Amino acid sequence: MPNSLSLEPLLFELSDPGSASDYLPPLDVPEASLPFVVRPELDLPEVDEHSVVRHFTRLSQNTFSIDTHFYPLGSCTMKYNPKLNEAVAAMPGFAGVHPLQSEATSQGWLEVLFRAQEILAQIAGLDACSIQPLAGAQGEFCGLLMIRAYHNGRGEGEKRCRIVVPDSAHGTNPASAARCGYAVTTVKSNAEGGVDMDAMRTALKDDVAAVMITNPNTLGVFEAQIEELCALAHENGALVYMDGANMNAILGQARPGDMGVDVMHFNVHKTFSTPHGGGGPGAGPVAVRSILEPFLPVPHVKQHEGGEFGWDWDRPDAVGSLHGFRGNSGVILRALTYILRHGGNGLRQVSSDAVLSANYILARLKGVYETANPNGCKHECVLSASKLKAQYGVSAWDIAKRLPDYGFHAPTVYFPTIVKESMMIEPTETETKATLDAFCEAMLAIAEEAKTDPDLLHHAPLTMPVGRLDEANAAKCLNLCWTTPPAEAACESTGEPKREVAGAPTY
Amino acid sequence: MNTPTDLFYTESDEWLRREDDGLVTLGITDYAQGELGEIVYLELPEQGASIVKDGSFGVAESVKAVGELHSPIAGEVVAANTQATENPGLVNESPFENGWMIRLKPTGEANFDSLMSAEEYAAYRAA
Repeated sequence: MPNSLSLEPLLFELSDPGSASDYLPPLDVPEASLPFVVRPELDLPEVDEHSVVRHFTRLSQNTFSIDTHFYPLGSCTMKYNPKLNEAVAAMPGFAGVHPLQSEATSQGWLEVLFRAQEILAQIAGLDACSIQPLAGAQGEFCGLLMIRAYHNGRGEGEKRCRIVVPDSAHGTNPASAARCGYAVTTVKSNAEGGVDMDAMRTALKDDVAAVMITNPNTLGVFEAQIEELCALAHENGALVYMDGANMNAILGQARPGDMGVDVMHFNVHKTFSTPHGGGGPGAGPVAVRSILEPFLPVPHVKQHEGGEFGWDWDRPDAVGSLHGFRGNSGVILRALTYILRHGGNGLRQVSSDAVLSANYILARLKGVYETANPNGCKHECVLSASKLKAQYGVSAWDIAKRLPDYGFHAPTVYFPTIVKESMMIEPTETETKATLDAFCEAMLAIAEEAKTDPDLLHHAPLTMPVGRLDEANAAKCLNLCWTTPPAEAACESTGEPKREVAGAPTY
Repeated sequence: MNTPTDLFYTESDEWLRREDDGLVTLGITDYAQGELGEIVYLELPEQGASIVKDGSFGVAESVKAVGELHSPIAGEVVAANTQATENPGLVNESPFENGWMIRLKPTGEANFDSLMSAEEYAAYRAA
């Protein structure tokens, strides 16, 4: 395969003193000195505008994104983000509104947020919803605060100090519980990949505040015993939190509220096609059963009797506000656009197609890779490279590193942790059969390479701007500061300064 | 698989050694470090911290995964291996010797009956 990508120099290396484009207007106020100077010498690069544009354009092309590559990162639902969402969010009536504007002049925005609350509650099969949390993990945080408030209201807040989490739940669940000061008890999975109900019964003591469950779970398996599990938790006086990260599998097919779930969050960047982009902004709306409604954060969006919309701050039992202003409204708007564009039947088709795609990949690859889903999967499948590792020394890591050479982003590897050498593949509904086939062919070709040339896989990727990165060293000694290299460090052959590449992709 | 015979083993891949002075040393097994891969961060408790039975006493993080460290016995932390926290690679290089993690003073009579012998652990991990 040709090496079409090359290592892009740093902006510092492109620096040519005196070449920087100068856009600063002439000084038209009296010059003043700063009272203190932090760094007298700022070794900033000087580069002309055109070179800067080319630099960042090339950098943007040296990476994988949903707009450029198939991105089967399991658990992350990397579906295509329709451009319609962006077009709607860019409409001046939405983009030009300030959050401190009066209610009277923000009725359109308020209606968007109100309708999002209503529709999300309906999809959840629950009674109310807050669009305020900024991410799934903050949705979990908010849900747990409400669960605590509920138990406090019943005089059991002190006693119920424990959260039960199955080991196939989303990794953030135990972290959120610990963040809220709860002790965490982990419950093992059974042979079918579902919750071991006997272990659950044992774990459900009277100090349990809630069970946090991810359904379908991180093995891509639907928890068929969910109704029984919820009933068991409720008999014990505990509530059930559902991580909605995997809603793309059951959207429009089943409602968590009907299963007995009391509170859940949505990851709109997964299920409703808003950008995952760069760590934010995100949104993690929470939907609740009526018993938890009084505790929803403030401000809540309400509709007055006259039909107009407004902010409701008069909620004395609310757990508080989760941040300044009103939530990442632009993200909620994109999610609502996606929902309304599809309609109910369209959303049902989304989950049908997502599950079909995952099962197609599973069926094509399960002869060559072992699987945690012998009986089929929901929206993602979990394969294992255990056999390749035992026979040829080729790990899931090596396979993940080889896939970019074939033009694919790697799947999630080494998660879920309960499967050895795991590779978690989530194709989503937005890929064509041709793309799924090409990915499967690449996976099969890599399995062949494992037999014929395992060493090649240990050194992959071979066609990327950089080869196998020292990720351990990047984690231990990450150095992001530029220092002009001394003259003697220059390479003899090229005269270019030597440069070590630190930095690791994250999966 | 390297499993020294003078140690006790847990299902979650920790080893325990009964020292002559009555203290117990804990670490993770060769198998565990191999599964984790190169460890980049190790969090261990302060001296004097008390550890509950089956509770967590720290975290080992590699580029692949984060592993919680569990102690099958209760006790007080007499020492934590600061060389290992400064250079977590020690755990990969020498899991049973230089890469030890904590020394515990057991609370009451420590019960080792439920732990595995080297032979049992090797069979457990080979299964």
